Amino acid sequence: MTDTKPSGITPSQTVGPYFKYGLTPGADYRWNDAFGNNLVTPDAVGERIRIEGQVFDGDGVPISDSMLEIWQADGQGRFADQTKATLPNAAFRGFGRTGTDKSGAFAFDTVKPGQVADPDGKPQAPHILLAVYARGMTQQTYSRIYFESEASNAMDPVLALVPADRRDTLIAKKQGASYRFDVHLQGDKETVFFDL
Amino acid sequence: MTLVYPRESNSIHAPRPYPAYRSTVKRSPQKPLVIMRHTMSELTGPVYGQETVRDNDHDLTIQHDGEPLGERIIVHGYVKDEDGRGVANTLVEVWQANACGRYIHVVDQHPAPLDPNFTGAGRAKTDDKGYFRFITIKPGAYPWGNHHNAWRPAHIHFSVFGHSFVSRLVTQMYFPNDPLFAFDPIYNSIPDESVRRRMVSSFDLDNTKPDWALCYRFDIVLRGRDATPMESKR
Ligand SMILES: [Fe+3]
Repeated sequence: MTDTKPSGITPSQTVGPYFKYGLTPGADYRWNDAFGNNLVTPDAVGERIRIEGQVFDGDGVPISDSMLEIWQADGQGRFADQTKATLPNAAFRGFGRTGTDKSGAFAFDTVKPGQVADPDGKPQAPHILLAVYARGMTQQTYSRIYFESEASNAMDPVLALVPADRRDTLIAKKQGASYRFDVHLQGDKETVFFDL
Repeated sequence: MTLVYPRESNSIHAPRPYPAYRSTVKRSPQKPLVIMRHTMSELTGPVYGQETVRDNDHDLTIQHDGEPLGERIIVHGYVKDEDGRGVANTLVEVWQANACGRYIHVVDQHPAPLDPNFTGAGRAKTDDKGYFRFITIKPGAYPWGNHHNAWRPAHIHFSVFGHSFVSRLVTQMYFPNDPLFAFDPIYNSIPDESVRRRMVSSFDLDNTKPDWALCYRFDIVLRGRDATPMESKR
């Protein structure tokens, strides 16, 4: 086998409508369920939170066949790192994956992340990275979940890049015991997506 | 090793709205994506999942009591970064239709038989050089509702992680010389023809197992370059 330098990255293709039994099996399909929507481990540092929402298309119709992935730091702003297995929060992995149900709904149980520095060393407000996949999406789109009533939002360097009238789409709202975060792939309420 | 993820690497992907693939029309952002610098959040990513791979998860032909119907094949290759380094110990997940072009997914109502001996999901962990290997059944083409007489070329769905949340890739592997390529808007959504061909596996006679299975080679290249240019290191 030859090992020359590749000419470029492999293109993305849609996850399609049938990913569920391979990627998010849960109770519906028997398969190895390595990733789920509950990130809470006994050693996870941080406030336990639940994030609930729905994913909508450009007509406001809930999307029942999308997949969401999240990636986040723990309550002290630490990312999971296999090379540091001795960390006191080593079981907290910071990654979650789920499919939406018939009403386009999803939920994640996790901890509220702490602050993580930006490349200049300035603190970012607590946030969770979100990747959205679906039939009809040629590649994932990336967004961020921020939190309502978080004073540091006002100083966050990434939120500052977002037009003021669209920032709200990135902020999960406290609703009862959980946070609400809807994803609108397009339309008046289109969620802000980032070019990463 | 510090990797960087140049934004230009992404320019080869399909446009998000690609009207020939109809469902993209209502499911693609219309407002400009916001450009930002990568922070620790983007430059880190899940480096686990591979530890849950069981010994035979890479062999989709032995998950049931009997042998699945269809053409047994070996699919193998390397997961690499943009500098050609193998991505070690990373999780590779696959899912696919059976030999008749039918998925076990409840939504798939294509009037082709299910195979009680074939689920169509597999997982593998790359070794320390980035190598992975699956044993499976060559999937069939299947019809879909995109337009009149629309058929997907035979393909295996791949999901790969890599070193960070921005190197994450979901793609599809195709088979050489499929007559359906010219008519498939998902395959053709990739603008550049030479880039499109990166998704087509190559027939690998050397690694075919005589009297047992044909072999296809599929290498996957994820985002990620050395922060220092290769030339200056020599
Ligand atoms: Fe498919």
